[in-house]
Amino acid sequence: MATRDSGLADIGTAAARVRGLTRAFDGRAVLDGVDLDIAPGEFVAMLGVSGTGKSTLLRALAGLDREVTGELTVPGTVAVAFQEPRLLPWRRVLANVRLGLRAQDPAAAARRALDEVGLADRAGAWPLTLSGGEAQRAALARALVREPSLLLLDEPFSALDALTRIAMHRLVLRLWERHRPAVLLVTHDVDEALILADRVLVLASGRIVFSGPVDLPRPRDRDNPGLTELRHRLLTELGVNTEGQ
Amino acid sequence: MPEAADAGLATLQEGRDEAAGLTSVAIDGPYTGPKPAAAARRRRHRGWYRLISPVAVVALWQLLSSAGLIPADKLPPPTTVWHTAVSLVTSNSPAYGTLQHAMLVSLERMAVGFTVGGSIAVLLALVAGLSRLGENAVDPLLQIVRMLPLFGLIPVFIVWFGIGELPKIILIALGAAIPLYLNTFAGIRGVDAKLAEVGRVQRLTRAETIRHIVLPGALPQALTGLRQSLGVAWLALVVAEQVNANAGLGFMISQATQFLRNDVILVALAVYAVLGLITDALVRLLERRALAWRRGILG
Repeated sequence: MATRDSGLADIGTAAARVRGLTRAFDGRAVLDGVDLDIAPGEFVAMLGVSGTGKSTLLRALAGLDREVTGELTVPGTVAVAFQEPRLLPWRRVLANVRLGLRAQDPAAAARRALDEVGLADRAGAWPLTLSGGEAQRAALARALVREPSLLLLDEPFSALDALTRIAMHRLVLRLWERHRPAVLLVTHDVDEALILADRVLVLASGRIVFSGPVDLPRPRDRDNPGLTELRHRLLTELGVNTEGQ
Repeated sequence: MPEAADAGLATLQEGRDEAAGLTSVAIDGPYTGPKPAAAARRRRHRGWYRLISPVAVVALWQLLSSAGLIPADKLPPPTTVWHTAVSLVTSNSPAYGTLQHAMLVSLERMAVGFTVGGSIAVLLALVAGLSRLGENAVDPLLQIVRMLPLFGLIPVFIVWFGIGELPKIILIALGAAIPLYLNTFAGIRGVDAKLAEVGRVQRLTRAETIRHIVLPGALPQALTGLRQSLGVAWLALVVAEQVNANAGLGFMISQATQFLRNDVILVALAVYAVLGLITDALVRLLERRALAWRRGILG
């Protein structure tokens, strides 16, 4: 973790830079002086038990929370995929993807993005006719079409069934490798974090209490023995007792 | 008129159920061709079944009248009502004029009143819905007006506006405006905050947010308000016309009351009901088109 005196030079290079970020709800500090740097193109996963402020931090980075105090710098474009797809039900899939898009040819760009997530043939469909996985892919296309330098993923796979989730992990990795945005994935799934991320953080009591790299080539299998030690460490940080396993 | 309103509500409910049913079908899996077609077929069939009980009631009414069990001066049989209707259309009687003229006069009042009231309501709902300042300025006034008994205002309107067309138009406009305002305002404020966040994340301008998120999100409830408005506006028309009129369906009814012509009254009431059903069907058609996304059917 970078320290405060790493200086202003960092701002130009980091995809996101957070210093001393604090957020209190009714006097209770959910975020209590968070420091975080995300390098361009870095895939960071953030773990934490419920109520530790993961989503609060993500919402602050997305510009959805104006009540935070501290220093927050996100130089480039930000895009978000939420836990629910949040597609506008009254706009067809293509119109959802090009929502707010300022490109030369928004429709063509939106079509390309849909093609990338394998939904080209559903461009004219109403969102309510999509399956859960399709809707989440459309939401990913809507985020990626903006060519973000920082992609925020707020537990986007948690509502999907296990098989769809595996397919989505592969899709996200493929898209990330092609477009190379910096990614902050908020999740409560340790295995998901280990399979996807370059670096895993643990947020507890409003602070980042652990930050460690995952130095294995992708694609990774969750049974990879190289992950065992880190998984054990992460579970311990999350307060899950792994003794006796 | 209440009959027409009730029938409208029943079909509204049915339409909702169908919409809900189809939506859940659509959510279960990707759209597959035959399902909506089958549903449409079912719907057509059910349309015919739904005619059976009204027809049976009319037949029973005719039978009881022919058997002399219903006194004709209290309730004339359907055949008499029908003949009266035909003669009111074909001949210009000195007491009633023609039915089509009366209908046109009533329709025109309704159209003018409803258009004026509806436009004002939507405008005020936008002002109140889209800004706190607007809400504080507009909403208290409309909440007060809402609580005023609509038909209790008639004497005041007569004092203010006389007994011409103006008080009738204002009564209809006021009746139409309130439900449309309330529902449109609530619809705007009820737009899913999560979708509003999407607008912020996608960096939509305020105009884009209103166009893509607020207005479409408010539309379902606004349309519900539109149907309620139509119901109230028809009711206001009937009452306004009976208070003081020299033309229109209401005038026809008050004339017939003096001549103890229940058959003429029934004809006029039936025309009110049919007009109410037609406008309700038009709104339902509008709903089907504007809310196609709910059913997940293309086009």
